[in-house]
Amino acid sequence: MQLEYSIEGGDFSHAGFASSQVKRVLKQLNVDPKLIKRVVVCLYEAEVNVVAHAYSGIIHVLINTNEIVMKLADKGPGIPDISLAMQKGYSTASDKVREMGFGAGMGLPNIQHNADDFKISSNVGEGTNLEITIKL
Amino acid sequence: MKIREVADIVQGVVLSADDMLDHEVEFAFASDLMSDVLTIPTEKLVLITGLSNIQTVRTAEMADVQCVVVVRNKKVTNEMVELANENHIVIIECSSSMFKTSGLLYQNGIKPIY
Repeated sequence: MQLEYSIEGGDFSHAGFASSQVKRVLKQLNVDPKLIKRVVVCLYEAEVNVVAHAYSGIIHVLINTNEIVMKLADKGPGIPDISLAMQKGYSTASDKVREMGFGAGMGLPNIQHNADDFKISSNVGEGTNLEITIKL
Repeated sequence: MKIREVADIVQGVVLSADDMLDHEVEFAFASDLMSDVLTIPTEKLVLITGLSNIQTVRTAEMADVQCVVVVRNKKVTNEMVELANENHIVIIECSSSMFKTSGLLYQNGIKPIY
């Protein structure tokens, strides 16, 4: 099964909509709730990152019998130093993002913690790509 | 402890998901930082927060938190109530500080997660 969602940068009122939809689908498929939580925490953190930092983004979620693969591709400023961005506590988030309860430099490390496999690549001035895999 | 007892102890007003009031909670976590909430694997959790916006409810949804106590007299919006009802999340509005709310629940047997 493949799902696709688009994300608009800066639109905090809809941040989390895609993660919510994916959670519903996984519940309907009777996936273990602990695995669902790991999937949606990863996806929600990634979704919030796109809303917080990029201009727009696309989410592809591929659900098959042995794994769930989430790919997020955004158009945005990109990340100049990925190893720095992966450090807990490092963030370039705006005050607006912080007012929403995010921007504490926890998102990417939390995705890595919950994922079985996590790939990130970025081109400055173009955007960032994430691939998050959780095994079922 | 049942969620309805949480509401009584903090002298709060239940705004959503009345059908969940008999569900049991065991732990609480107090934070205004949603990223921190998303790192917690614990179940049967009450979130005590002064952050009152739509992402508070979204975070509760993703983290499987069934009860959110919004402290410091922060006002909960209709949009939050609607989303909480859709996801069976009880929102309790309360006028006490985060410290007092946490203390009251701790005193009555709600456990910290660490």
